[in-house]
Amino acid sequence: MPETAPSTAPGPAPGSVPGSVPGSGAAPGRREPSGDGPPVILLRDVGRVFPADPPVHALRGVCLRVERGDYLAVVGPSGSGKSTLLNTLGLLDRPSSGSYLLDGIETTALGDGARTRLRGRRIGFVFQSFHLLPHRTVAENVMLAEVYGGPPRRGRRERAMAMLEKVGMAHRAGFPPGRLSGGERQRVAIARALLGEPSLLLCDEPTGNLDSGNTEMVLDLFDALHGQGLTLLVITHEDAVSARAGRRVRISDGLLTEE
Amino acid sequence: MDIRDLWSEALAGVLARPVRSALTTLGTVLGITTLVVTLGVAATAGNQIVGRFDELTATAITVDVPGRLGPAVGWDSHAGLLRLRGVVSAAAVAQTDASSNLRVTSNTLVDPTRVTGQTLAVVAATPELPGAVLGRMTRGRFFDAGHVRRGDRVAVLGEQAAEMLGVARMESAPAVFVEGRAYTVIGVLGGLRREQALSTAVIVPPTAGAQLGLKHVSRVLVNTTLGAAELIARQAPLALSPGHATELQVIAPPTPKRARDAVQDDVDGLFLILGLVSLVVGAVGIANVTLVTVMERVAEIGLRRALGAARRHVAAQFLLESTLIGLAGGVVGSGLGVVTVVAVSAVRDWTPVLDVRLALAAPLAGAAVGLLAGLHPSLRAARMEPVDALR
Repeated sequence: MPETAPSTAPGPAPGSVPGSVPGSGAAPGRREPSGDGPPVILLRDVGRVFPADPPVHALRGVCLRVERGDYLAVVGPSGSGKSTLLNTLGLLDRPSSGSYLLDGIETTALGDGARTRLRGRRIGFVFQSFHLLPHRTVAENVMLAEVYGGPPRRGRRERAMAMLEKVGMAHRAGFPPGRLSGGERQRVAIARALLGEPSLLLCDEPTGNLDSGNTEMVLDLFDALHGQGLTLLVITHEDAVSARAGRRVRISDGLLTEE
Repeated sequence: MDIRDLWSEALAGVLARPVRSALTTLGTVLGITTLVVTLGVAATAGNQIVGRFDELTATAITVDVPGRLGPAVGWDSHAGLLRLRGVVSAAAVAQTDASSNLRVTSNTLVDPTRVTGQTLAVVAATPELPGAVLGRMTRGRFFDAGHVRRGDRVAVLGEQAAEMLGVARMESAPAVFVEGRAYTVIGVLGGLRREQALSTAVIVPPTAGAQLGLKHVSRVLVNTTLGAAELIARQAPLALSPGHATELQVIAPPTPKRARDAVQDDVDGLFLILGLVSLVVGAVGIANVTLVTVMERVAEIGLRRALGAARRHVAAQFLLESTLIGLAGGVVGSGLGVVTVVAVSAVRDWTPVLDVRLALAAPLAGAAVGLLAGLHPSLRAARMEPVDALR
């Protein structure tokens, strides 16, 4: 099966709607037009079974195609396989079956070290609980993204400051995260995820710990980043969040459906 | 990963909880301090005892000539000793059992109302005696080669003997009578630092002593320079009397080496074990706290893995953190140890003796303890699955 073939072809599991044609989330000022180069994410018939009695099928024959510049929301109730999908997409977990191409690179056959390097270089993570180190300043937290296999140390602080500027947090560079509001913390975490220019921003319930005002602020930031051509994938159960995405897929009982 | 990044991440990890890190070092501090103090005090005390020997005993040699040998050692043979390198002074002395209890008076008048006579020892000695017994002439002078050659009947009194006999002034050229023979007193010898028994003796030249039965040398006193005693003790009999070298009895100070070893063996054993035990306890403490820290920082480990940290990066960071804690404990411990050794020395009026290598190796030992203690926790951190760590 050629890599570029649309994933509509196999359609193995009933009910799983494969990744559709991009474009629904088209926005001005994209870095690369869709269809140019390999898709950022290409899942083909991905399954993930957790050994138990009986075995738990967290993902069943999932097919998904995310083009460069897409803004995709994955919605679903808890226990539907959202986290497993995120872990698989973030190269934190290995699918039991199927194939996952990130930027055209087949990842399922890669070793642990290669997956770690790929993860560090091409994926930026945004977590629900921010995961900022409490004893380090905002700037140091952002700089942490370049510690493992990033470019040379020279100019790291400047690059981190540029990212903080982008999310509007440059004025808090010397603050400890504990003195920031939830929305500010999440913006710092986004700045950290953006450092190193990842191909994909993977957000796991990014507004789960935020009030509506801060949620709005973070979603505006996502819109702006999407406008600059960044590929975003947001996992959420909030309609207000998923409504802002250009494209919505629903996951339920390990099955993925386009909305 | 840049080595400087590893360094700064580990340092930040240690400094994130300064109080906990400081408390964690305590075990190592105790262990290293105990080790440094044990070794330092042992070395100091060992050298101190040797130092006390040095002052007097370590340089004093006595060669006894058994009476049955007769004239085995001539009156001038001690001059041969002075040619040996390391000999500072030497003198020959003659004393027999008979000469040890002679009646000595300061005049010939018989006064029935008073005790005028004393029973004193009479010894014959060569003119070098004052130097050989490290004494000084408190009054008058000692006899010289001229007195000996001429056979003058002169005598030098020990300090206490002069007091007992009531001899105070030399100007009147007082005399003492030994077994009825008169001897002119020309001086009083005092301040003896060896052969203190001579303080109550009447000392006469060999030629004069012959009349009292003091014909043959019975003892040779030798003083050496520091450290030469052992060598001179071996050479002296041969130099004094080649024919009877093996029959002379040499009384030499114990060798300094043996003294030091004995002291160190006593002190070291127990405290070294104590120090090592505290070090093991310290290592267990570091291992425990590092393990707790790893468990607390699961989310951080997950984040680092998500940011592209390989397992070895996570392991290296925690290993370096525990090594740094051990190193800090070692530095503080060796500092405290050195201060303690100096303080103990100051109190006991000792000169502190400390091996520089010990002071340098102690922090390294602390770091090694930290490294070993961190092995298990850091491997545990590295084995963590990022998915579980981020949950």
